[in-house]
Formats: sequence, C-alpha cells, structure tokens
Amino acid sequence: MSTFLGMPAGRVPGPAADTAVGQLTGNRSFPAAARDALGDTRLRRNLAHATATIRAKRASVVGEVPDWEALRDAGSAIKADTMARLPELLEELERNVTARGGTVHWARDAAEANGIVLDLVRATGADEVVKVKSMATQEIGLNEALEEAGITAHETDLAELIVQLGHDKPSHILVPAIHRGRAEIREIFAREMPDVDLATLTDEPSVLAAAARTHLRELFLRARVAVSGANFGIAETGTLTVVESEGNGRMCLTLPETLITVMGIEKVVPAWRDLEVFLQLLPRSSTGERMNPYTSMWTGVTPGDGPQDFHLVLLDNGRTRALADDLGRTALHCIRCSACLNVCPVYERTGGHAYGSVYPGPIGAVLTPFLTGVTGGHDPNDSLPYASSLCGACYDVCPVKINIPDLLVQLRAEHTEAHAAAHRLPSAEAAAMAAAAWVMSDPARFARAGRAAGTARHGIRRGRPLLPLPPPLNGWTASRDAPSPPAETFRDWWARTRGGRS
Amino acid sequence: MSARDEVLARIRGALGDNPADAPPVVRAYREAGEHPPGSAAVVDQLVERLEDYRATVVRTRGADESVGIAIAAALDAVGATSSIAAPGVPDGWTSATPVCIRDVGTITPRELDRVDAVVTGSVVAISETGTIALDGSPRCGRRMITLVPDVHLCVVSVADVVQSVPEGLARLDPTAPLTFVSGPSATSDIELSRVEGVHGPRHLVVVIAG
Ligand code: SF4
Repeated sequence: MSTFLGMPAGRVPGPAADTAVGQLTGNRSFPAAARDALGDTRLRRNLAHATATIRAKRASVVGEVPDWEALRDAGSAIKADTMARLPELLEELERNVTARGGTVHWARDAAEANGIVLDLVRATGADEVVKVKSMATQEIGLNEALEEAGITAHETDLAELIVQLGHDKPSHILVPAIHRGRAEIREIFAREMPDVDLATLTDEPSVLAAAARTHLRELFLRARVAVSGANFGIAETGTLTVVESEGNGRMCLTLPETLITVMGIEKVVPAWRDLEVFLQLLPRSSTGERMNPYTSMWTGVTPGDGPQDFHLVLLDNGRTRALADDLGRTALHCIRCSACLNVCPVYERTGGHAYGSVYPGPIGAVLTPFLTGVTGGHDPNDSLPYASSLCGACYDVCPVKINIPDLLVQLRAEHTEAHAAAHRLPSAEAAAMAAAAWVMSDPARFARAGRAAGTARHGIRRGRPLLPLPPPLNGWTASRDAPSPPAETFRDWWARTRGGRS
Repeated sequence: MSARDEVLARIRGALGDNPADAPPVVRAYREAGEHPPGSAAVVDQLVERLEDYRATVVRTRGADESVGIAIAAALDAVGATSSIAAPGVPDGWTSATPVCIRDVGTITPRELDRVDAVVTGSVVAISETGTIALDGSPRCGRRMITLVPDVHLCVVSVADVVQSVPEGLARLDPTAPLTFVSGPSATSDIELSRVEGVHGPRHLVVVIAG
C-alpha cells in the first residue's frame, strides 16, 4: 500500500491503476521522449501556431465575463463538495439513472470496464461501434480491447479520426491531432479514405471537414451501438451530459439503439443547478467559445426518442488512490478543458506524446502519477512531475482552480522519498530535500543558508551547478545553465533597503 | 464483494472516517443578466452572437402567418426543396411551405438523410452565449429530426429569450432529452481554425418571432 505526504491518518488509498492495460503510461521517460519531440521542427511549428491561436481565443472570451473569478470559485467549491460526498452522490446518480430505465455498472479498473463494454456490445450482436471522443475510454484502451475481440471501434470526432486513420496517438485532450498540420491531414485522408475524391481534396480545413462528413455519414446511419464518455453526470436527476462541436456526438447519442457511456467516478456533480457554472467555465476555457455548438443531455431512456437501451459504466481505475490525498483529490476536480496545456511552455515545445499517458500537459503531469503511483524506480511516469518549470500559468487559467504547481512539488517530494526507499541508502536528492526541509523550517537557519550560498558563489564557475545534480534533475542541467546564487539574498537586500525606499 | 460494493468501499476508505468538511459552495456569480427576458437588449444580443457563429437570423412579427412567410422565404433562400416539421409546430408556420411533412415518429435516419430541412420551435434561448435549447417536446421534435437534415430552421419566440446561462437552465426540465445549439455544427480540429459544418446541420436559420 502506498502513502502520500499529504494524506491524513485514517485514509486508505485505493489501488493504483494497472499501467499494463490502457494508455496511462508510455514506454520512455518524459526527458527521453521530449528530446525527440524537440528535434521535430514541424511538430514544434504546428504546436506553437495552434496553442497561440487558442490562447488568444480563450483570453478574449474569458475577458468578456465580468464574474469569471466568482464562477471559478464556485466551480472549485462544487468539486470539493462533490469529492467529500462522493459515495452518496454516486448512489444517487445510480438510483436516478436506474429509475429512468438505464442500467448502471461499476468497474474497479480498466480491464473490468473493457470487459463490461465488450459483453454489452456482444449482447447486441453488433460487430462495430461508433464512438464519441472520450478520455476515459482512451485511458482504459477500450478500442484495442474491442479490436482484439473482433469489434471495430470507429472514432467519429474529426481529430480522433485523423489520429485513428494516421495510426497515431492523441496528443492533446481537446484537439488530439493538434500535432498535425493541414497538409499532413490531407495526406492521411487521401491515403486512408477509400471513397474520397482526390481531384477535389485540398488542404483547406472546410474541404477536409466535408470529406470527414461524407466518410462518416454512412456509419452513423447504420450504427446500432455507440460508446461515449460524459462531461458531467448529475446525481440529483440522473442526467448525463456531453459537450461537443461537430455533431458527431449528437449522432452517436441519438441514432443507435444502444448507448454505452463510460464515466470516471469523479465526473458526478451534485445538482442540475451546478451545470450553470460548468457550462460557463468549460467552453470558454477549452475551445475559446462562448458556448460550444452542441451540448446533449439525457436521463436514462426517453421512449420514442434516442437509444432505448442505455448503460452507464462507472470507472475507478486509480481514482480512489488519488482521492485519499488532499492534493490528489483536487486533481480529480479537472473538467478536461485543456486550458493548462495551451498555456504551458513545456507542452508547447514537446507536444502531448512525450507524456506517454492520454493525459498530457500540466494536468497530465500530476493526474497520471496520482492514478498510477510513483515507484521511485524506472517507471516513465516518475519523470512526469518534473515536466514543468513551475511558472504557474496553468493555475491561473484553470477554471476550477487546481493548484497544479503545488501538486507537482508534492509529487517531486514523493518521488524522491520513493526513490530513496527503493534504493535503501539515502539518495543525493533525498538528502538534499531533507536538508532543504530542515533549513526552510527555521527562519534564522534559512537566512544564514542564503548568505552562505552567496558567499560560496565566488567559488563557483558561472553556469555550472552547485552540485552535480542526480537524475532526473541532471536532465535539466544537461541542457541549460543553473543560475549561480545571487551576491546578496532577497532577505538581506530587503533588510538593507526596505524594498528600495531607503 | 461486487465491483459496486468494492468501489464504494474504496471511496469511503479514501475519504477516511471524517471526510474533510468541504466549505459551503458560495455562488457569488451573476444569476441573472441586467436585462429582463424578452427585452430588446437581450434579443439584439442574441442576434449578434448567433450571427457571430455564422447562423442566419431572420426577424418577424409574432403571428403564425408572419412566421410561416418568413420560414418559406428562408427555406427558399438556402435552396431547400423538401422539409420535415416537428409534430407540434403551429400549422401556420408551414402553410406557406409547399413540401413539408410532419414527423409522426416513424421516419428512419436513412429517410431523414434525404430531407433537406427541418422546421422546429425551441424552449429557451440564451443571449450571452447565442444558445438555443430544444427539449424534445412536440414543438422541438425528437432529437433525430433536428440532427440529420442539413438545414435546421428554428423559431425562437422573443418571450423565451433570456440573458444568462443560469436563467436559461432554470427554465428547463433536466430529465427531458435536451440539446443546446449554439450556431451550426463546427470544428476547430484542423490547426484550431473554426470551420462551420461537419456532422450536424451545416446551416442554422433562426427565425425570431415577436
Ligand atoms: S487542470 Fe484545469 S485547466 Fe487543466 S484541463 Fe483540467 S480543468 Fe482544464
């Protein structure tokens, strides 16, 4: 059993997600994968362009909301309240979905969730499903599990389609094909869409979108089973919500006879009223629109309208592990808007693939290790909390105010502890962390240490680190200079000048 | 132990004996806009926001015959030659449109795919976000009919236009099958530039009546 630095006594974390099933971990550490990404100039150009565009759009639509901060506070508080009452809320959700003709299933982990969905699809006799973009089903590797059982899963979101046809992996929560430029997308469509008219297929986004429409229309009309995720599940009413843009979501949620929705247990919200907060926060933060083109909400089964067979699969897969920790719990507040990715200087340069997990960027760097655990060994996810410069931009944009920098720092500390435990002897960084904690816990000691570093400065050649930093910190100093300590500490400067006023 | 009991037990274990008391949820945000529902200010804002998202907006007087004339002209303008109407729309809305069938709940998706346009009403519209809500009632129609045809002609009555999202949600029954529409189908998946028209109706025509 694992423990956390931030875990009060009396709490028992659930088991970690099994990284062998689904897509929560890559096969390389972040620094190794990032190095390759940094060498790919086309990728960097695509990412820089896309993230700059979305940042500007977000800033402009957030700027026009006078009560934005009040909405963020409410969003954060609703999520905190949800986590504190999670068992009751999930039971309430289950009761209401069941009362309206739906069936609720529970899955301890990825393998169990995949098994449930597979059995449900098999029971319909269908050999294909249409899918709405969903992080939860990517996390559990559902497409691969269905494929293995001879069932074809068709992704219907345009970006997911680009990823699927390109035999590629998603690299962004909202825009999974953000790493692809229009010319590459045209190449993929020309190669993979059997019925596409090559003479008229240009790399104009509107032409590419029209090609996707034609390609998928037949699938929507014949599909008998759809699989979706959910943005919100309302306990009070049993209502599920999917927020989208293209209408592929509406197609999947409306036309087939059977609908299977896979939802992480943290996506429940207490009341209908809470949507008035999240439906303002989410679209502006994610696509930078006042409202996304389509939002669908359904409660169980409506006779004569939409799927007549509805199943909701509630997924744990490491979430109860994160829940036991005060900070890990706040990582579960995430509404997957992806604003933190778009403002992150590290994400902008490396792209999403370097993170290995389906959850990339700042939130991925904290959520993934909380779900899978840090081992202190050679697990690629151990390196994720270091995939940040702690600049704090992610916290500023997060619509539910998740303090990602704080979570990163705690996970780094946990990693050093786990690393030390795994290697029995105290490692250099564990010793350094322990020393830092000892120094920082006492103001006088801290002041003396600052001055000592300043004195030591004279003996340090500029641009060389104080110590040869142990891994993974040497990944940082390998590619850049560590600053040498200042001649005078801030505290001394303040004491001498009173902030420059003397 | 069943998966259900085990997941619930894990959650209770993770929360500990005394789940951290979450502070009460403070709702200091605006619950209502500064303009009353149906006022000229909210209607103007709705028009501006809908047009910003490339919807076509037509304004007409409230009488069913006026709405019917506006609908016929709008369908003609987009070149729609066949249409289907939600079962509960007033007869006057479709009397000026020659080929308009009523949905009686039997049309299949494939048949619907050969229909050019759909005519429906709506329950509420939110001006700040340019959003129109449909609730599956006879006036709004089943979800399928507003999705498959390429043109959605939606009538919004002035009295149903509110300014803010909270005001809009308060008017809805959450257990109805709800669809919020804000402009035509769109994607930002290619280099994050917005393109109107993917799988849902590529043309959204809004007739504002009253
Ligand atoms: S952590 Fe916050 S900003 Fe990042 S995706 Fe989640 S909700 Fe959005």
